[in-house]
Amino acid sequence: MLDFTPTEEQQMLVDAINRYAENELQGQAHEMDEHSDIPDSVLLKGWEIGLLPASIPESLGGFGDYSAVTNTLAFEELAYGDLATALKLMAPALLAYPVLFSGTDDQKARFLPLFGEPAPYPATAALVESRIGFDPYDLRTTATREGDHIVLNGAKAYVPNAADAEWILVYAKDTETGKTNGFIVEGANVEGLVIGEREKLMGIRGLPTYSIQLNNVRVPADLELGGHNGTQFEHLLNHMHIGLAAMATGVMRASYEYAKNYAKERVQFGKPIASKQAVAFMLAECAIEVDSTRLLVWEAAWQLDSDKPVNEITQAAYLAREYANKAALFVTDSGVQVLGGHGFIREHPVERFLRNARGIPMFTGMAIA
Amino acid sequence: MPISFEIPENIMQQQQMTHFVAETVMRPHSRDLDENEHARPTEFVQMIWPVLRDQQAHTLQKMLAKAQNGGSEGGEKKEKRGPRYEYLRIMSLVEELSWGDVGVYLCLPSPQLAGSAIEAVGTTEQKERLLRRFAEGDQPVWGAMAMTEPGAGSDTSAIQTVATLDPDTNEWILNGEKIFCTSGGLALEESNGLVIVWATVDRSAGRAGMKPFVVEAGTPGVSVTKEELKHGIRASNTVSIVFNDARIPYNNLLGSAEVQQKDSKDGFKGAMATFDGSRPLVAASALGVGRAALEFVKEQLAEAGITIPYDQPYHKLTAVQRDVLEMEAQLKAAKLLTLRAIAMLDHGQYNSLQASMCKVKAGKAVTWLTQKAVEILGQLGYSREWLVEKWMRDGKINDIYEGTGQINLLIVARRILDYSSRELQ
Repeated sequence: MLDFTPTEEQQMLVDAINRYAENELQGQAHEMDEHSDIPDSVLLKGWEIGLLPASIPESLGGFGDYSAVTNTLAFEELAYGDLATALKLMAPALLAYPVLFSGTDDQKARFLPLFGEPAPYPATAALVESRIGFDPYDLRTTATREGDHIVLNGAKAYVPNAADAEWILVYAKDTETGKTNGFIVEGANVEGLVIGEREKLMGIRGLPTYSIQLNNVRVPADLELGGHNGTQFEHLLNHMHIGLAAMATGVMRASYEYAKNYAKERVQFGKPIASKQAVAFMLAECAIEVDSTRLLVWEAAWQLDSDKPVNEITQAAYLAREYANKAALFVTDSGVQVLGGHGFIREHPVERFLRNARGIPMFTGMAIA
Repeated sequence: MPISFEIPENIMQQQQMTHFVAETVMRPHSRDLDENEHARPTEFVQMIWPVLRDQQAHTLQKMLAKAQNGGSEGGEKKEKRGPRYEYLRIMSLVEELSWGDVGVYLCLPSPQLAGSAIEAVGTTEQKERLLRRFAEGDQPVWGAMAMTEPGAGSDTSAIQTVATLDPDTNEWILNGEKIFCTSGGLALEESNGLVIVWATVDRSAGRAGMKPFVVEAGTPGVSVTKEELKHGIRASNTVSIVFNDARIPYNNLLGSAEVQQKDSKDGFKGAMATFDGSRPLVAASALGVGRAALEFVKEQLAEAGITIPYDQPYHKLTAVQRDVLEMEAQLKAAKLLTLRAIAMLDHGQYNSLQASMCKVKAGKAVTWLTQKAVEILGQLGYSREWLVEKWMRDGKINDIYEGTGQINLLIVARRILDYSSRELQ
């Protein structure tokens, strides 16, 4: 029944991630952004929390059951620490979760145990294509059946960790059905797969992303995600929307809290600027937007966990994501504005939050592009 | 309990029944009651009075039984059963009735805000004596709250209405003028109702001197002097009341007569605490009008062959589709904030921040959304043949009463910054 309190177990997880976020990430986020690099030691500590294996059943090498609500709590907290680290850390989930939700038994048995290892397993997914009007339901990358193989052709962008990936889940348009399906491609040494230069982006700079080319890449038929049942892409996209919206909440909260603390300390005209309505009202609006976004995310995640009809989940996920994309910009922009000139200087994190927030819509193609 | 958005089955059922009433009893008269401003929603009131009366009788009985047991309601049992979601039930009722018609909903024959105040600070004797009238009889009875004055709107501490004790008769003598009193005429002139009047016993004491007094129908020296003409919610009865040496019994003072120090619960703070319960209900009312407008827009667009997709990227959506998606997202955000504030009440948690948050959001969302609805529907939206233009006028009140959007935002700001009203003015 109606309740807004996480379980004790969830709270313990959130607390653990919060310690990681505050002790490991927030202090280093500036350097990681400046050098476009997240040290392995930082990632390893994050991996030790065991977020991904906690979603994989014991029989497949994990130690728990997937819960979308638990994940949204975790993702918010990770992104509260640093969005780039959150995305890099969870990049293996871009293969693991689709296999968990849509994979055949063979695919689950083959891939899921890889994520129970003590070090992050290098896997990722390629969905986005770099063009104006990108539509995940209408991809240009194609998948054509040729005997017992599928042949992939096209170009992808914003592929996290592609250079190191052992496996890449490539989404492509099935040339027979026109549907978006997933194909698990070996990362290295596959003929026709070209990993491009690392992309240079406005924000989320700690996360290495790449463009890739697929020139007649041949994938064995048993690596088509879900096999005969298909990929159930709508369902996967819903999970992505909700996960990314949860991360947006974390970035917003980081910006809002920083600006709030700053405004209470920054004295002008003999008073803290927070004691002026013009500033206090901006912060109050931000607080409302952070909570609004979080609740939309929770509700959509709760629908997922409750196995509501897919069209209802899709609507909830889409609205949550659409809301999060806009609200994230509003709140992080307000963060910069509250700090004024200081907000524009990279010593303060608020301009990084704004750059990072602007990047969140990039990863799936949305109502707000 | 884990995070959940599940609504209890009995509340869902009640919602369906309320929806039926809203659709069949409220909506058919919506336009007429808007055009004929001071007409009363007689059919609705007659139909709903026996239901509310019997509920009130039940509530009153429990309240008095609780007082007899020394305040215990069988505490342990209650713990085990978990919350009864009483506020959630009321929220659902308010939202659904407001979907029907906000102005008519405001005419519910019930103690309204007076009930909250009497329940919060009244003695057992006062509850029995003052609330009994709402629990019996064939004729509907209304309660009301009178706070606002010509010179005291958002700044309620500036009220000038004075209560002086006549030591000879042990009566309070009220003098002053109240305005914008919702259902004040229904309470004082059209039924055997009552109005809670906020007056000061000591002007120099500021808020600490403010006390709630119960003024009953038929009290000499009390006159309803004006019924307002309004932008929206025209079916609602909004009046001015003048007190000219109006004498009321000593026992019609709620709480203590002593002018206490700031932290006293009885006076001003008591009034403010009732807002934690009433603000989420104003938000709920906003949600009802907002949903009415949104549903109508989607129906009309569908008839014109325009549907709203939930899987399209930015470039493939029309401007109208984007607007409707934003309307839905804003309304849903407001609803979830309201549900949270309500759930906290039902769980017995302090919700002042969350109550103001949902009020700000819902007031703003419904204002914007209903204006957008008129815009999207063009000539159809602006026409008085339909109800959309009315909903735009009705919706606006939610950003005004029970604390304007700005006052509630100020409360949110003070709470998040941990500032007193002096530190953040």
